[in-house]
Amino acid sequence: MAATDLLTLTPAGLYCPPGDFYVDPVRAVPRALITHGHSDHARAGHGSVLATRETLAIMAIRYGANFTRAQQIAAYGDTHDIGGVAIRFHPAGHVLGSAQISVEHKGCRIVVSGDYKRERDPTCAPFEPARCDVFITEATFALPVFRHPPAAREIERLLRSHRLFPERTHLVGAYGLGKAQRVMALLREAGYERPIYMHGAAEKLTEFFLCEGAPLGEVHKVAAADHGKLAGEIVICPPTALNDLWSRKFSDPVNAFASGWMRIRARARQSGVELPLVISDHADWDALCATILETQCAEVWVTHGQEEALVHWAQSRGLRARPLHLAGYGDEEAGDTIVEEAQ
Amino acid sequence: MNRFAALLDRLAHEASRNARLRLLTDYFSTTADPDRGYALAAFTGALSFKHAKPTLLRTLIAERTDPMLFALSYDYVGDLAETVALMWPAGGEVDLGASGHNRPPSPTLSDIVETLHHTKKADLPQQLAGWLDQLDEDGRWALLKLITGALRIGVSARLAKTAIAAIGHKAPDDVEHIWHGLKPPYLDLFAWLEGLADAPQSSNPAPFRPPMLSHALEVVEFETLAPTDFVAEWKWDGIRVQASAGRDEAGRYATRLYSRTGEDISAAFPDVLDAMQEAGFGETAVDGELLIVIDGRVQPFGVLQQRLNRKTVSAKLVVEFPAHVRVYDLLSENGEDLRALHFVERRARLEAFMTRIENPRFDLSRLVLFETWDELARARRDPASAGAGDDAQAVEGVMLKRRDSIYVPGRPKGPWFKWKRDPYAVDAVLMYAQRGHGKRSSFYSDFTFGVWRGSELVPVGKAYFGFTDVELVELDRFVRDNTVNRFGPVREVTHEIDKGLVLEIAFEGLNRSTRHKSGVAMRFPRIARIRRDKSPRDADQLEILEALIGAAR
Repeated sequence: MAATDLLTLTPAGLYCPPGDFYVDPVRAVPRALITHGHSDHARAGHGSVLATRETLAIMAIRYGANFTRAQQIAAYGDTHDIGGVAIRFHPAGHVLGSAQISVEHKGCRIVVSGDYKRERDPTCAPFEPARCDVFITEATFALPVFRHPPAAREIERLLRSHRLFPERTHLVGAYGLGKAQRVMALLREAGYERPIYMHGAAEKLTEFFLCEGAPLGEVHKVAAADHGKLAGEIVICPPTALNDLWSRKFSDPVNAFASGWMRIRARARQSGVELPLVISDHADWDALCATILETQCAEVWVTHGQEEALVHWAQSRGLRARPLHLAGYGDEEAGDTIVEEAQ
Repeated sequence: MNRFAALLDRLAHEASRNARLRLLTDYFSTTADPDRGYALAAFTGALSFKHAKPTLLRTLIAERTDPMLFALSYDYVGDLAETVALMWPAGGEVDLGASGHNRPPSPTLSDIVETLHHTKKADLPQQLAGWLDQLDEDGRWALLKLITGALRIGVSARLAKTAIAAIGHKAPDDVEHIWHGLKPPYLDLFAWLEGLADAPQSSNPAPFRPPMLSHALEVVEFETLAPTDFVAEWKWDGIRVQASAGRDEAGRYATRLYSRTGEDISAAFPDVLDAMQEAGFGETAVDGELLIVIDGRVQPFGVLQQRLNRKTVSAKLVVEFPAHVRVYDLLSENGEDLRALHFVERRARLEAFMTRIENPRFDLSRLVLFETWDELARARRDPASAGAGDDAQAVEGVMLKRRDSIYVPGRPKGPWFKWKRDPYAVDAVLMYAQRGHGKRSSFYSDFTFGVWRGSELVPVGKAYFGFTDVELVELDRFVRDNTVNRFGPVREVTHEIDKGLVLEIAFEGLNRSTRHKSGVAMRFPRIARIRRDKSPRDADQLEILEALIGAAR
């Protein structure tokens, strides 16, 4: 079967005609398979949702228990049959519960990788490469200038600044699902033992991570009256809060921002960040290239990000490659997207 | 190199002067010699690597990367050194999760500076490539910024000296005083600052003397000051310089010209240095204003700018824009330090000195005679009829100096005052706003404003201060509530004939500009008031600004 007959592009997103389902649809559909809980991939109002247990729980936290009429858990590695199409979820290493979805029918296997990373993350299962004929990859950081340093090194920079400016509050902008908790866990791994403070927007999700056993240590929500008292503490908040009235009340804060975009100095300066931390939940250039080769695919479809460079690279390696213009996916690392938990 | 790179990286994002100072002091007090000395040299402009050019970087990266990937990346990053630093293929780092074990140790800052000192041009590409292989992204970026001479991280020589002075609990001027005899990597300087050795002896035959600065005069202060205690001079719109001459141990005569911050700008002003030789300056140092004088007339500041911020100067520019020093103080004469004398005594010595040298490139700053403060106020309002004559356009106020003031470095309160002429003012319409930095990073605090050209508003400048904290909150709210467009970090706000915000902009002068669409550029613009009482239709026309430029010619 031709790959383009197995998954086709529609206004609602990637659609599988033989199985009659969508993957990460951007509007409400009768049947959706969801790779991970970020709001642009996981929307409310579908007829039924197949996703990992963690992703379903995250959707319920964000949208309420009635976010879909019916839901079904997909455990990593289990095979599901939908209209003769074999479905399998593989860990994507992006955030807690994130999965790549393998779709196989009549001898053609496509892996929709959603968003993924290869670097170790103490808050989620590591990426597992899956062999396939067609690999659909993200391209958020698909330029050779994006090579993320080890996250531990960036955390060390944060702690060094914390030692140098012990009287200032270090505000760390980090996306509320995944990044915030990963930064907390990395701080613990680096030996940081003080309580970590967080903006109220990430409270429920952080509680969920704690219930799932994420090693985050003692975490407190910032109360309105606390701002002035948090000199010398580390506070995690949504990136948008860095430029908000909310951040003005802290004592002489150092604005840090944990994102892959912080690799580009002009971009860091533009956002007014004093301490850019290159910590990303997306694969960097080297990891994208290595992953494509590991899947042993013959064809790559490249979506949301810098498609041109990755398509060019894949073609130069003798692979068939084309951009896949999926609309409606944001970039949670950019920090200018609205964080809906904050509302 | 890694520590230096980490410091540069941090400084590049830090907007607050105090925080930058802390970062620098932390680095200098915890980094060993000679690395820290070379870092100091990098900040004070004492290093130069003449063979490292952007074309070399392009060649090196072209040999190692796919041209299309490089083009896409450079286009995205927008900075050549940074693109090369980020894209440079690093051995051992590509394996997922694996760390490169067998990489050679990365070079130190000292290795780099000392090696480059004797590397021939032909060997440079290979040498540089070897280092780039050994360094990480930040290290590569710092190396490339360092050798291409484009640090641009907001650290002045003065800030770096202030930071090292703090190590030894000294005043920045103590460092300044001996600075010009010192050479990288400044082992003697650091030994002195850490209390391990005596102060280095300045061996500079023509040293810089830290200048005495003035305070702005508050009008209420007149009540407490007696006119008879003061003399007045015109405040000229040039740059403050110090011309210094002397002999070294071997008897060789040396002449130098320094900026107010102690930067040696001799190479850019050979005309002034030649004149010092011809005039028989002796072992003397004078304090004065650098101006461009053509046909006996002082030119506006915009003309002087043609000669500023250059490492060297062409013969053509020297002829076209002849430099001139208007002298107002004599700091030492034939080796005798005069700074402990009263102003009037130094002035008498200066007048005699100027008569003796009689050189067309140097003239004496004339006194403005007055008996009452009212009389001085009139002179300030109308310099042309109070003795400044044709040069009145280059007068930006008056200087007041106590007759008995000795010359002390720094900005002592009381002996000297500057009383600038009233600023120009124009009513303009707010057009764009951008968020500020540091403490103001959450506020829209950088404002672009325009005036009318016919029925169209054209931007004429940008201001980011002048307003009170309360006004800032009001401006910020206006921007948030009236945004019509976003361009990255910039917001365009409503600016129509009857809808928008009028700002009263104060500024010190105007230059012609080819960069701005309006053709004019304001000097030192700031927001004097928010004019809620005015509608955009009441804002000024561009012709008013053009007329001001005309008058200055």
